[in-house]
Amino acid sequence: MGNKKILVVDDDPYILMSLEFLMQKNGYAVMVARNGKEAMELVEQAHPDLVLLDIMMPDVDGYAICRHIKTDPVLKDIIVVFLSAKTREKDIRKGLDLGAALYISKPFSTRDLMKQINSLVA
Amino acid sequence: MNNWVTIGTAILYLGILSVIAWYAEKRKKMDRSLINNGYVYALSMAVYCTAWTYYGSVGRASTNGIEFLSIYLGPTIMCALFWPVLRKIIRISKTQRINSIADLVSTRYGKNFSIAVVVTICCVVGIIPYISLQLKAISASFDMLTNSSGSGPYSLLNDSTIYITLLLTLFIIFFGTRSVDASEKHEGLVAAIAFESVIKLVAFLAAGLVITYGIFDGIGDIFTQASVNETLRKVFVMDTESSYSSWVSMIFLSMMAIFFLPRQFQVNVVENLKENHLNKASWFFPLYLLVINIFVLPIALGGALMNPAGSVDPDMYVLSLPLSHGMEWLSLFIFIGGFSAATGMIIVETLALTTMISNNLALPILFSSSSIQDRRDGSPQTIILWVRRISIVLVLALSLLYDKLIAQQFSLVSIGLVSFAAVAQLAPAVLGGIYWKGASKNGAMAGLITGFLIWVFTLVVPSLASAGLVNDRFLNNGLFGQSWLRPYSLFGLDNFDPVSHSLFWSLLLNAAVFFITSIYSRKGLQETYQGEIFVDIFRQSAHSEGKLVWKGNASLNDLRSLLQNFLGGERADKLLNSYSTRHKIDLSNKKADPRLVSFTEKILSGVIGSASAHIMVSSVAKTEKLSIDEVINMLRESQQVIELNRELRRKSQELTKATQELTNVNRQLKEIDEVKDEFLYTVTHELRTPLTSIRALAEIVHDNPDMPVDKQQQFLGSVISETERLSHLITQVLNLERYESGRQKVHASTVNIGDLIRDVADSTSQLRQEKSLQLHIQMPDSMVLIECDKDLIRQVLYNLLSNAIKFTPPEGRIRITTRYNYDELQVWVCDSGKGIPIETRDLIFDKFFQARNQTLTKPEGSGLGLAICKRIIELHKGKIWAETSPEGGACFIFTLPSMKTFFLNG
Repeated sequence: MGNKKILVVDDDPYILMSLEFLMQKNGYAVMVARNGKEAMELVEQAHPDLVLLDIMMPDVDGYAICRHIKTDPVLKDIIVVFLSAKTREKDIRKGLDLGAALYISKPFSTRDLMKQINSLVA
Repeated sequence: MNNWVTIGTAILYLGILSVIAWYAEKRKKMDRSLINNGYVYALSMAVYCTAWTYYGSVGRASTNGIEFLSIYLGPTIMCALFWPVLRKIIRISKTQRINSIADLVSTRYGKNFSIAVVVTICCVVGIIPYISLQLKAISASFDMLTNSSGSGPYSLLNDSTIYITLLLTLFIIFFGTRSVDASEKHEGLVAAIAFESVIKLVAFLAAGLVITYGIFDGIGDIFTQASVNETLRKVFVMDTESSYSSWVSMIFLSMMAIFFLPRQFQVNVVENLKENHLNKASWFFPLYLLVINIFVLPIALGGALMNPAGSVDPDMYVLSLPLSHGMEWLSLFIFIGGFSAATGMIIVETLALTTMISNNLALPILFSSSSIQDRRDGSPQTIILWVRRISIVLVLALSLLYDKLIAQQFSLVSIGLVSFAAVAQLAPAVLGGIYWKGASKNGAMAGLITGFLIWVFTLVVPSLASAGLVNDRFLNNGLFGQSWLRPYSLFGLDNFDPVSHSLFWSLLLNAAVFFITSIYSRKGLQETYQGEIFVDIFRQSAHSEGKLVWKGNASLNDLRSLLQNFLGGERADKLLNSYSTRHKIDLSNKKADPRLVSFTEKILSGVIGSASAHIMVSSVAKTEKLSIDEVINMLRESQQVIELNRELRRKSQELTKATQELTNVNRQLKEIDEVKDEFLYTVTHELRTPLTSIRALAEIVHDNPDMPVDKQQQFLGSVISETERLSHLITQVLNLERYESGRQKVHASTVNIGDLIRDVADSTSQLRQEKSLQLHIQMPDSMVLIECDKDLIRQVLYNLLSNAIKFTPPEGRIRITTRYNYDELQVWVCDSGKGIPIETRDLIFDKFFQARNQTLTKPEGSGLGLAICKRIIELHKGKIWAETSPEGGACFIFTLPSMKTFFLNG
């Protein structure tokens, strides 16, 4: 099988840096987006297999991106995983209700994250 | 002008009135009253302006100058009393279903029959001349217009007055006796009257304008011509001493008239729909009086200038001037204006007098005679209506008779004043009755009779004598040859004019007899009760109607048939049912509830007057005599209940208020709680972000010993900078918490603000150089010393400056300016960035504003900097705010009060 494509969306440069390294290390093709606009464009163009999605971003929030993906017939199979510092019950429920496969609270364990992603993409 | 055109126009005019009246009645039936507003009410009040105003004022002005105004000053003064006094009378009349001034007096003094009779006679005798005055005006204006005076022998068939009176009689019968309940509103009539008030005003103004600006060259021209005329010059000045007394007495008379003239009582009180219409009336009505009088003097002078020989009656100048200049159609319109002034008065006055005559004279006599009472089946409704109709005919016939026999010899105004003097006699009984519980029936009766007799002797008898109807010898010699009983100088008082003289004695003795008799006479049960009700009307609850005086037995059937007799079966049942439902009275009980007895009496008083109603109800209710003490106790009790209710209401209002306050406090607490939660959540969120990076980066370095060294270095370097960010954030949160809790003390010292700014600027030079930003610092030449906490203000300056650096694009400019403004120092930090949207200008000082508005801007920095600045400046009792700089960037300004500022010339 070819390399699975993962899109990482976060506005924090350090998080992007670490996740990019991590995904590459695990053999995925990685794309990064620093805001909602970039994320949308990449989703349309590259059609990744999985999106790691932050919620609070300068322009469009992560929920909106997830909603866009899940309501588009072409995109709706893309797996969405939220990575967010918003840890309230209602924030998590909202994310899952929108069709995300997982909602992982920041800070997270990189090992756990990789395990989850591997099993989701497999 | 042609006789028939004139009569035809008058008939047409009455036709229009009828249509208006009919339409208003229709609207009333549809529950969409045409007259339910303050302006119509005020216009109907203007029925005060009769033919006397329309024609007579000019006549009076041409001989006595501005004295005519006194008649309008009185009502204007009284307008101030509309709210306190007239409202009280209206309230009383509404709750007691009073329908005439005679009824008011009678009800107040124990629903007494005889006093109602006296008042009625006073009014009828006093007012008939006044009505005939209107007829005289109509016929005089008619003759003037058709030029028929003196032409041909007099014959009844040729007398236009008779025809017009007949028409008016029909009109009043048709619209004035539609319902047996006289306390019901005559909306049709009121609408017609208001319309007439408009017509007479417009017509008079038209006459004034044409005479002043058409026939003459404006007001100035008239006055100039008049001032060179020897005889006219005297009208500009108040000449003799007696004219002062006549001013005073005319003002006083008209003050009384606006309240006590039967027609005024009718429109002011009986036809009043809402008490608060008085508010509008109290300025609109005087305004009307002012406007209608504007042209009186010009017309009077103009008339006198045109008719120096006195060939024309001055009362008719309004009509004669346009007529002599050939303006026929205008004259016809002016005639209609005068006609409307006269008919309005005749209609309302006749209606008012008729109600009095029927309810206070005829009906009590009819109903107390056993024959009619026993014959209950003989529909009293019909009887009442016919009594009223006959009374209308009677009143108008008497007026016509007076007109033909006596009135032709007097001017319009003098007849009017005689009537005014008659109704002024009611003042002590009415005003005393509504403000003094001690007023008694005997006092009122004695006072009224005294005043009335003196009025007859000093004004009426002399007028009869000069008309040749009685021997006039006693005019000069005094009654029985006693010189102190001369009608025009009673008790030797001879320096007043006849009206003032009559008014002085009649009212003085009337009031004196009223008070003295009241004090020394015993009062009956009913009048004591009514006295309490009248004087304390505003303290009575709206439903005090049920409060007895009837303690006897009455069978429900008797009451019911009594009501049915007068109101018809359907209406009676409806009233009884709605009353008993409202007061939860069981109608299946054979014995009537005492409240129903009172209710029946009150309803009947609206139909047949209080005195008759009392008689009727007494006939079916076998009363037990109540003692005065019982009545008073009952009244007191009801008042105590009202007081208690009021107290309860006050208490409950207080409770509601307290509850409301508690709810508010609770909500505030909750809000504070929510804010605190939100803050904590945001803080943890902000802490999680660097923590996430640190953990991820550290784990990666840890798990990948084989990663390139430069990558490792980069990751570890990032860990260190994120750790710094974390600790900075923690410090700021703690700082802010300290400022907000008030634990932060201000360690004030004298600071050279210039040095401080340069210091902070230096510490940011590295950051500025990275973006190639220019910094300009503008300061006064002198050294500014200010008392403040140096470290805290340094923090503020640092936060603002680093914000500016952060938000200014490379190569931009930053400017720091200090200004000294009276008692405060202002520091401006402006950048050339993109500025702050106006809607968020105040919000940016909130904690984590950026963080909570992520979709707007990404936090750069902790999101606490500005919040901290704000707290610090507030600790210094200064202000901080944001503006847009001239270049479009952001400006942050803070002020520090300079209690101790020193300027040292550098």
